[in-house]
Amino acid sequence: MSERKIVIPGEVIVSGSEYLPGEWTEKKGEEIIANRFGLAEEQDRLVKIIPISGAYQPRRGNVVIGEVVNMLSNGWFLDIDTPENAFLSLSEVPRYVNRGELNEVMDMHEIVVAKIFNIGKRGIDMTIRGHGLGKIEGGMIIKVNSNKVPRIIGKEGSMINLIKENTNCNITVGQNGIIWIKGDKVEDELHAKRAIEFITENFFKEGLTEKVKEWFGGNKE
Amino acid sequence: MDTGKLNADKIKQSLAEGKRFDGRKPEEFRKLIIEKNVSKKAEGSVRVRLGKTEVIVGVKMAVGTPYEDSANQGNLMVTAELLPLSSPRIELGKPGFSAIEVGRVVDRGIRESKLIDLEKLCIKEGEKVWTVFVDIYSINDDGNLLDAAGIGALAALKIAKVPKYDEENGKILYGEADRDLPLNDVNPIPVTVHKIGGFLIVDPTLEEEDVSETRVTIGGSKETISSMQKSESASLTREELEKAVEIAKGQWGELFKKVEKLI
Amino acid sequence: MAEGYVREDGRKNDELRSPIKADVGVVPNADGSAMFQIGKTIAIAAVYGPKKMHPQHSQDPEKGTLRCTYNMNSFSVEDRIRPGPSRRSTEISKITEWALNPVVMLEKYPNEVVDVHINIIQADAGTRCAGINAAAMALADAGIPMKELVSSISVGKMDKTLVLDLDKFEDSEFEDGEGSTDIPITFTHSGEITHIQLDGKISSEQLKEVVEMAKGACDKIYEIQKEALKKSLMAGEGEK
Repeated sequence: MSERKIVIPGEVIVSGSEYLPGEWTEKKGEEIIANRFGLAEEQDRLVKIIPISGAYQPRRGNVVIGEVVNMLSNGWFLDIDTPENAFLSLSEVPRYVNRGELNEVMDMHEIVVAKIFNIGKRGIDMTIRGHGLGKIEGGMIIKVNSNKVPRIIGKEGSMINLIKENTNCNITVGQNGIIWIKGDKVEDELHAKRAIEFITENFFKEGLTEKVKEWFGGNKE
Repeated sequence: MDTGKLNADKIKQSLAEGKRFDGRKPEEFRKLIIEKNVSKKAEGSVRVRLGKTEVIVGVKMAVGTPYEDSANQGNLMVTAELLPLSSPRIELGKPGFSAIEVGRVVDRGIRESKLIDLEKLCIKEGEKVWTVFVDIYSINDDGNLLDAAGIGALAALKIAKVPKYDEENGKILYGEADRDLPLNDVNPIPVTVHKIGGFLIVDPTLEEEDVSETRVTIGGSKETISSMQKSESASLTREELEKAVEIAKGQWGELFKKVEKLI
Repeated sequence: MAEGYVREDGRKNDELRSPIKADVGVVPNADGSAMFQIGKTIAIAAVYGPKKMHPQHSQDPEKGTLRCTYNMNSFSVEDRIRPGPSRRSTEISKITEWALNPVVMLEKYPNEVVDVHINIIQADAGTRCAGINAAAMALADAGIPMKELVSSISVGKMDKTLVLDLDKFEDSEFEDGEGSTDIPITFTHSGEITHIQLDGKISSEQLKEVVEMAKGACDKIYEIQKEALKKSLMAGEGEK
């Protein structure tokens, strides 16, 4: 299978005994069939579907952005846009926290960049031990469909760096589709927000990086 | 995660510089698109889009008995349904507009301005009159369902036609238009003004609506205010109320032009 | 059956109404959404989920739950329908759920729910079928894992003649001879029946023909659904 192609559920992607069914596909006889609307691609005979819509699939190692929605004596519950809230335990904070002073470290409705370190039967466990993780303040939060995140980041960060340079903003893109933009001026932050909106609207178009460069060219504020 | 509340400070900061997230000025409405006859079994129907907010409004007519204290007048009934399909919040029962509020505020705007000449909807005094039903459905909620609903109700009424009525057999001949709905020359349009961080804006997106502290809906046309309703808990100063009224008055004409184009 | 019922609108017995239109992504807030129109019947569907299911006691610990609601706008029909659920809409909600369940794969979402909301904007018979067609596209658009799509059509028997895709006159006003029998059917693309209902009377022989006719029609509808889904990506989302 040479090129990626858009498939709908039930469509035959390829046929041939050498192919193996990867994510969101199943094998029936010789045929690899799509089980989800998305972009089918083949690599080394493994055929899988890249979702382009739908809920965020949490994975171990994902760095996401979440909001504190509940606190217990031993940790915080974060809304990371999954059906079940994620839990950040006291022990996963890189400093000593007294049981009584959780809200001083992070209070209700504050925003945090955290990493998923375990997904188990009891839920999703988060950590903020690590570079770039922790509470964030100021700036602006936007939400995009998590499937668009790879495009917003671009190959080796090319797209997100383009936006950062052109807007003078710090941008953290959570794998869950929550994005934090921080600049010196509100205008810069709004500029970055619009750039990201432009990318999500033109998600499927060819030569998107060029289009974004052009967009910035004509869009100097 | 609802970004509105998280961005509250930013939204206010932006407003302090006279800007909104989508680049609009505080007194600017989003792009308004009105399509007519989207539901052809209705006596009149429109789809209204304000940015991404979308509502569909339909007018149906039926024959019934008049109320005792208005024996020679037709009846008006305005209902709104906030469909679960229009927002993930509706089933969760999250606060926001209630369907009842939308229905009542739009009703008030139409009724008090005397848009419909109810006496001309009398078939036989004391016995038979037309009832005009205005039903509003939300299709996508990106803020300001109320104004979209009010604009839709006005537009739908403007294009609605009274069906023929076979009095002998007591049968309504739907699909056979007899005459235009009898309307007076008023154009009540509701404009809801919201207060955020001390600033007044119109036509909020859902994000802005989430941080709105209080709002007042002012309906009317030209120089006359025909309805007003303040909702939510914070208060308005007298200056703010006056300013809100000025803002609303400034919008009626613009918004009505769009409705006019339809007819 | 050379003689027999001749259709009011001039269609052949095996001809679907026109226009048939489908559009995906019509409700920006939804996780997935679609519109399906056939003749004068217009349905929209919006999908939200998977998300946590409430109330807790309704949760299924083995897999996600599909929940459907069907609602007709008051002005979608000639005689206004009072807003709110009715026994008919409650029944159709359940029928829709049963028509879609066999193809959705919710094993990965225990204790969660996928909500499908269908709204009929304009009704001229065949509304439950239009709703199912819209719902199938909306589910795919929402990225819900599915074995395949389903497509739905109603076949009718007018006195003794079999016709495809009844319109309102045929469904409710035709009374000659044996009257009208309405048979809505939903097929998976690979040919399994996920929904069938019948109101009227028919022989088992004719029923076989009915099923044959329906599959042919569903294949046509499938092509329209597929195209609407694929096209929705190329258009880009800003253009609604």
